Amino acid sequence: MNVSAGVASLTKAAWQDVAAEGSLGAPATHDVDLSHDQLRSLYRLMALSRRVDRQAINLTRQGALGVFASSHGQEAAQVGSVFALEPDDWLFPTYRETVGTFARGVDVVELLALFSGSWHCGFDPYQYRVAPLTTPLATQALHAVGLAMAARIKHDPIVALTFFGDGAASEGDAHEAMNIAAVSGAPVVFVVQNNGYAISVPYRLQTKASSIALRAAGVGMPGIRVDGNDVIAVYGAVRAAVDRARRGDGPTLVEAVTYRLEAHTTADDTTRYRSDDEAASWRARDPVDTFLRVLRERGVVDDAYVAEVEAEGEAVAARMRDFLFDAPAGDPREMFDHVYATPTPQLQAQRGILNQELSAAEESA
Amino acid sequence: MEFTMAGALNAALRDSMREDDSVVVYGEDVGKLGGVFRVTDGLQAEMGIDRCFDTPVAESGIAGTAIGMAMYGLRPVVEMQFDGFSYPALNQVISHVAKYRSRTRGRVGLPLVIRIPYGGGIGAVEHHSESPEAYYAHTAGLTVVSPGTPADAYALLRASIAYEDPVIFLEPKRRYWLKEDLELPVTAPPIGEAVVRREGTTATLIAYGPMVTTAMEAASRAAAESGWELEVVDVRTLSPLDMDTIVASATKTGRAIVVHEAARFAGFGAEIAAELNERAFGYLAAPVLRVTGWDIPYPSAKIERHFLPDADRVLDAVARLLEY
Repeated sequence: MNVSAGVASLTKAAWQDVAAEGSLGAPATHDVDLSHDQLRSLYRLMALSRRVDRQAINLTRQGALGVFASSHGQEAAQVGSVFALEPDDWLFPTYRETVGTFARGVDVVELLALFSGSWHCGFDPYQYRVAPLTTPLATQALHAVGLAMAARIKHDPIVALTFFGDGAASEGDAHEAMNIAAVSGAPVVFVVQNNGYAISVPYRLQTKASSIALRAAGVGMPGIRVDGNDVIAVYGAVRAAVDRARRGDGPTLVEAVTYRLEAHTTADDTTRYRSDDEAASWRARDPVDTFLRVLRERGVVDDAYVAEVEAEGEAVAARMRDFLFDAPAGDPREMFDHVYATPTPQLQAQRGILNQELSAAEESA
Repeated sequence: MEFTMAGALNAALRDSMREDDSVVVYGEDVGKLGGVFRVTDGLQAEMGIDRCFDTPVAESGIAGTAIGMAMYGLRPVVEMQFDGFSYPALNQVISHVAKYRSRTRGRVGLPLVIRIPYGGGIGAVEHHSESPEAYYAHTAGLTVVSPGTPADAYALLRASIAYEDPVIFLEPKRRYWLKEDLELPVTAPPIGEAVVRREGTTATLIAYGPMVTTAMEAASRAAAESGWELEVVDVRTLSPLDMDTIVASATKTGRAIVVHEAARFAGFGAEIAAELNERAFGYLAAPVLRVTGWDIPYPSAKIERHFLPDADRVLDAVARLLEY
């Protein structure tokens, strides 16, 4: 602000008001550059994602997964976002982004290790350039910012994309991540999937602001609010943000407004906190169905292509069943091996004790 | 050349940065100002703003971004300005820094250092005199280091920066001005090894960080005033703990006292006492004693001297030990 010379009057003073709420612009139309091949790929990834999600829910009901956090209804928000990344870019997902992570190319069996209980992270982050599915909310946003800062220091033209939700947006780490990214100009894209609920707590109890995207203004970076069920819009908005980051123009916050059609996890019960009518209204805007309808109308996909994708989905689902049922637990002795680069003497001793227990159990078996 | 501990730490950072381009230093006020204790003095001017830079006031952010940087091949060395302000970063440290290698099945290690000036004795205001070492030592996956001398400050910080796992580097802030003649680069035993600072036969004093000086002073006075020959073990690395050296000393002297500034209850001394009980029981002539801070929130500056263990309190404990 303009600093005055100090006290100008003993009875009058000036100050500046902030508008009651930051302002969200009117919707503006942008060109989104997607070839028919890319449109088909988007549909394929969304349809496969839905099949993966359904199979994961079923596997949980059958006891092969301990728990699962469904992405049903959020396929456009997740697939559209990761589709905007280049191969060398990095993704920092939470446990809600299984389908986005699947769409990024992580093997589905490795991906679901967190839920099957075979290891916390079942894939190699360096192989896929995807960080582990993270459960402490918004913590991974800071990792994305740090990685992006490091890439900038090394002059590597890569971008880090991190997801979090409307609930996680209330965490301090979400704010710290956005603020540090803005100050440092880190090439990061924050995609908030606003799916209306943090487990049972609705959006209106997380924030009084009408949009999470408005927080971008608070840290001095661009913000975008987009229909998270419109995959073209999500892709277009995130691609613009990714391009901006890669150009060296810093981070962007993209709020994708969507809805969690399933419960928080398979252990949750939605009937205790929301109405069927609400979910039904969102089901009518199903992101996969609406996208397919438009693609058919425009002649981008035909029945043969849809059938092909369906068959591929069945193959992925079969693979999930084959490898997640009765998946071996692995050698419990391995739990000591990765605490440090070299196990400490204390851990070696404890490994020896467990080894004795296991040997004794084997003998008596 | 004479170095203060702060100067030795500064030299260690500078030498590590000169040697390895992947070492970056950041935190609150570490750039132009050179840190509130001047440990990063001159680094930004020499290494450039990409290698040494200021961050917003956000400790969780500092620790969390260090994780991403380490994932991408840098070796971040970050500063928590004071012990009492390191707690916002605990979620990142416990949930991620400590667990990343393990949760990724050994695929992602995090070579990073979190430097924390800790402990009291400088007449500071509230929240500037904490001793949080037990929180970190209790957390599997962390390596916890605390130097007691300027030479070790240099050698252990260099070793921590070169280490393949994350290190919580606890700097005893009341000893920042402790002086020692050093020939750089100082070499010293590696991380994970304790050292015997002074040999003796009457009893063993086990100390680390700020209490190494106190233990050494107590040993000197004991020799002069009472004829007791106290052995002093400087722990240096709290995790992984070199119990072999501690057990060897306690076995030799038959008496042991753990000295630390942190509160007694569930403190780090309890771990050493329990291990000695398991591994040296037959050799001990007396129970292992602890000389520690009281079980209270750190007191205000004008009365902190009544909180801090000093040589008198250590010598009183030795006298009690010798009554057995």
